Amino acid sequence: MNYFPDEVLEHVFDFVASHRDRNAVSLVCRLWHRVERLSRQRVFVGNCYALSPEILIARFPGLKSLTLKGKPHFADFNLVPHDWGGYVQPWIEALSNSRIGLEELRLKRMVVSDESLELLSRSLANFKSLVLVSCEGFTTVGLAAIAANCRFLRELDLQENEIDDHSGHWLSCFPDSCTSLISLNFACLKGEINLAALERLVARSPNLRSLRLNRAVPLETLQNILMRAPQLVDLGTGSYIHDPDSETYNKLKHTILKCKSIRNLSGFLEVAPRCLPAIYPICLNLTSLNLSYAAGIHGSELVKLIRRCAKLQRLWILDCIGDKGLEVVASTCKELQELRVFPSDVLGVGHAAVTENGLVAISAGCPKLHSLLYFCQQMTNAALIVVAKNCPNFIRFRLCILEPTKPDPVTMQPLDDGFGAIVQSCKHLRRLSLSGLLTDRVFLYIGMYAEQLEMLSVAFAGDSDKGMLYVLNGCKKLRKLEIRDCPYGDKALLTDVGKYETMRSLWMSSCEVTLGGCKTLAKEMPRLNVEIINEHDQMEIGSEEQRVEKMYLYRTLVGPRKDAPEFVWTL
Amino acid sequence: MEKSVNYGDHDDLNLEATELRLGLPGISSSSDIGYEKQSSSASTVVVVRNNKRASPEGIMTQESSTKSNSSVSDARNVGPDSHHQPLAKAQVVGWPPIRSFRRNSFQQKKTDQGDGAGMYVKVSMDGAPYLRKVDLKVYKSYPELLTALENMFKFTIGEYSEREGYNGSEYAPTYEDKDGDWMLVGDVPWDMFIFSCKRLRIMKGSEARGLGCL
Repeated sequence: MNYFPDEVLEHVFDFVASHRDRNAVSLVCRLWHRVERLSRQRVFVGNCYALSPEILIARFPGLKSLTLKGKPHFADFNLVPHDWGGYVQPWIEALSNSRIGLEELRLKRMVVSDESLELLSRSLANFKSLVLVSCEGFTTVGLAAIAANCRFLRELDLQENEIDDHSGHWLSCFPDSCTSLISLNFACLKGEINLAALERLVARSPNLRSLRLNRAVPLETLQNILMRAPQLVDLGTGSYIHDPDSETYNKLKHTILKCKSIRNLSGFLEVAPRCLPAIYPICLNLTSLNLSYAAGIHGSELVKLIRRCAKLQRLWILDCIGDKGLEVVASTCKELQELRVFPSDVLGVGHAAVTENGLVAISAGCPKLHSLLYFCQQMTNAALIVVAKNCPNFIRFRLCILEPTKPDPVTMQPLDDGFGAIVQSCKHLRRLSLSGLLTDRVFLYIGMYAEQLEMLSVAFAGDSDKGMLYVLNGCKKLRKLEIRDCPYGDKALLTDVGKYETMRSLWMSSCEVTLGGCKTLAKEMPRLNVEIINEHDQMEIGSEEQRVEKMYLYRTLVGPRKDAPEFVWTL
Repeated sequence: MEKSVNYGDHDDLNLEATELRLGLPGISSSSDIGYEKQSSSASTVVVVRNNKRASPEGIMTQESSTKSNSSVSDARNVGPDSHHQPLAKAQVVGWPPIRSFRRNSFQQKKTDQGDGAGMYVKVSMDGAPYLRKVDLKVYKSYPELLTALENMFKFTIGEYSEREGYNGSEYAPTYEDKDGDWMLVGDVPWDMFIFSCKRLRIMKGSEARGLGCL
């Protein structure tokens, strides 16, 4: 390989697309490392505190697309205090001071301020694509800056962010010269929208392929938009309420017939079920359907809709679909690859929730299923064993039994055997979330069989340190482990400290690890940041025996972070 | 801190007991002593992890960190007569594990749909000294709502007709919809109305007769 000029190597590396493969390429030798880094355009940083912006910029001068993740996953569930960290500002500052012509920024669980967005919009001339998932800290003022200043903006995709809505006028900030939009998703915005500006924007965006509206966009506007943009591939409706006998609805029915390209459908944030028939004609083309925010569609209306969607590959739905509805999915959607069933009633026991029967039906009817997120009332070992047999191709298997520590209701046994069957059968399993009553045995199975497992989420499970040790010893590819409310203590934490440098991060909350244990770990492993979250001043510096309520550790190149708030101690 | 789920008498792994068999649970062979032992203690295990989770003080209760850890181990060793006590879902922080955005949007929906909390909107009447509030969820139709308003403000409204509104009456019930426009009550289906109505205003006098004069 020394005989090839760099350009040839670079050309070969162009065909190596995945981050992992490129990372591997860069480790072969110095020459490859140099060629690879100079030609790398897309970088994924799974933990923004694992390195610094300066390191990134120095290594990849040709960077065009950056993905950054901030807070630990359990922050999604309110387990991480506000102000913990994950600020994007230093990254944007560093990028704006560099010569990097960043074009795409994708952020997940980060704190993004209006100031950051304004800086981004003014300093990155070629910026094209902003994707924010589960972020917070910004308002529509920041969005206005992006709209106004990013002349070549192609994509603005806001997914499930907490955004303070000051006014709908940010949409009007897209200049008339902006005609490059391909994707616009503002479904998570809660406030009003300048509808006329929206319609004009759509009218001057001939490349628009993906549009997801928020609740403030009524059906009349949807009609107007679809008339101008029949080429849409991905549509998220806003408010879908109207009088089915009206002229507007009639027009909508005809307009939709022209939208033959729609493959992804979502939204229905408010819905009048009697207006659903307008979308029936496009159902057969759908490969992805997200009704997980459509609480207004249930029962027979929901089933009628699904029966028409024979080509679905991805379905996100609420548990009000019930086991019977899932049987319809199983008999209709033979191409189904990903299913997510969300709880519709988070506070009480759902009367219309799903059980093991729905899952068994799906596994029998949908052989291509590889990704599952399933919130259910109950689960049995027998059912899981059948599911494991029917679907050996699971890559992601996340099961959440709504009541913590619930056993198999038929046998009153723990669910060890059921999950054991899953890990034994699904040899490509990369992500697993457990629930229900579980003993150390399930972890023995996981350690033995889950050879490809990269991420494991555990709650209210296990009996002793053995459980955690089985996993740490057995799962060679483990990258992320998150544990809450389990009886794992210092012995589990400290038996194999070297393991944590092979992983991205470990989260343990409401377990049995002590301050002393964490300090020992921090001392032995200087390249880890061992952070303790000390809420409500519950910890005193002196006492080593006291239990640590929340611990988050991760490998890093840059030592303790300087932006940690008072309640976070890096040991 | 080892809890006692016995796989046998020793600390070593009793491999037979932990052998994964894909038969239905509960089917035991004679060599599977460990499993049976475990099942008898596990089947009625009460798992109460950290009493504070189930405390009625609710989710943010933080007890002193020096509280002993015994709550967990004691709970798990409870004998065979104890019942399985489910943890109250609403009192466990971050459970079920759904994103806060999604969780908040459902609570928002519940408020919007007035589940339990009602769907109260302000009602103003021209000339009245103060406003009132009505719960739209309580009424099933326009006549019911209008009768209630008539009683509340002591006035009478005429018959509704699509052509002439409430012509013949000195008053016209109007509402502000989601777009901020003032609409005449009665034009759209009731279900649609209660979702789009933000507040009510009972217009009086010549303003009210406006449409009839066109």
